[in-house]
Amino acid sequence: MKNHVFRPLIVVIGIVLLILAARFVYVPKDFGSYERGYIYSWHRQGDENFWNKFTIKYQGKEYCKDCHEKNFTSINKSPHRIIICENCHGPAIDHPSEARSKLVIDKSREQCYRCHVKLPYPDTARGRIKGFLDPEQHNPGMECVTCHDPHDPKLGGA
Amino acid sequence: MLTRRNFLKYSLAGAAGLAVPATIKASTGTAPAAGTATDKRWVFLVDSTKCVGCGMCVKACKNENEVPYDANVSRTWVERYVVTKDGKVHADSPKAARDGFTTQTIDQGHHGKEIIKPADISKAFFVPKLCNHCENPACVQVCPVGATYQTKEGVVLVDRTWCIGCGYCIMACPYGVRFFHPVYHTAEKCTFCVHRLHAGLKPACVEACPFGARQIGNRNDPNDPVTKTILNNKVQVLKEEYGTKPQVYYLGLSMEVK
Repeated sequence: MKNHVFRPLIVVIGIVLLILAARFVYVPKDFGSYERGYIYSWHRQGDENFWNKFTIKYQGKEYCKDCHEKNFTSINKSPHRIIICENCHGPAIDHPSEARSKLVIDKSREQCYRCHVKLPYPDTARGRIKGFLDPEQHNPGMECVTCHDPHDPKLGGA
Repeated sequence: MLTRRNFLKYSLAGAAGLAVPATIKASTGTAPAAGTATDKRWVFLVDSTKCVGCGMCVKACKNENEVPYDANVSRTWVERYVVTKDGKVHADSPKAARDGFTTQTIDQGHHGKEIIKPADISKAFFVPKLCNHCENPACVQVCPVGATYQTKEGVVLVDRTWCIGCGYCIMACPYGVRFFHPVYHTAEKCTFCVHRLHAGLKPACVEACPFGARQIGNRNDPNDPVTKTILNNKVQVLKEEYGTKPQVYYLGLSMEVK
């Protein structure tokens, strides 16, 4: 083969080898197409661990049971038993460890409005919940929990 | 000199040589995940008749998955549909329903607000939405760098360190469940809370829903209550015509839902 063909060819081959070498260094070893094949799972397997080890914040209702037995039993007797503690008390995360010994309770009117603003929607679960069409007419500015115990709303007083 | 005899000989040898890596790959390749009893395939069931639009699921999801609380993006959201007697559909999801639906006013952000008289309403309902973790996820197919993928349990995830932020997946998803994370500037989406599932917990939205409108199940377990419901009841999926085979099933879905 003639020299003027051969020399640029060497340069091209050199560039290709360089790219392959760079790719070898740069692409993580665990990159590959796993269970779902090339189209759907061409990925870095290590990332699955990242998502699997994400910090859990909401611990669920049973988590509170042992220390807060009194509140746990009282709410279980009321219609509010379907609401998990953390919906109002905030995510437990690693409570009661020192860093988060105290949870911030959401006592706002808006928290109650989520369900107890009456929406005139026929044949919906929302339409059947007791509530106000215009809650701002009812003791405006006061926290609902001043009069209504959220753990036992039927008692009508805290 | 290339004779016909030699040409055929070399072609055959070449073809045989090419076939060797293919057979190696075939013998080491794993079988598709579906079917085996020990493998899980997470599916979701939404009973839209039970949803009251309290938005506890959205609040819990944002807290659990560290999606900035006040940014107007969310991995899951609740839509409200109000159909009036003239046949018009009025839908909204203010702040992804993070604070629930606490007024009768339909709030479509910069598209304006609508006040609908209760007497004009013919039907109304709430529809929770989240990633469908499709069997054929369009978002995964379009990713040019392999940053989004499906695990063997069917969960579609995004690799934040590998995502280049091109936004193809956000465009490809027919359900609009993807967005850019305001902090990481990479594609962000629902993970079915895999970190919770592996710890034996339910996803945060399922946990937070007081009315049982959201449920998670394992499709490969025939005794799973969610699997039974999906198999034995009239369930629907969203945008079936796209062929993505979505794995979030809906009970009591109305035709107005898009």
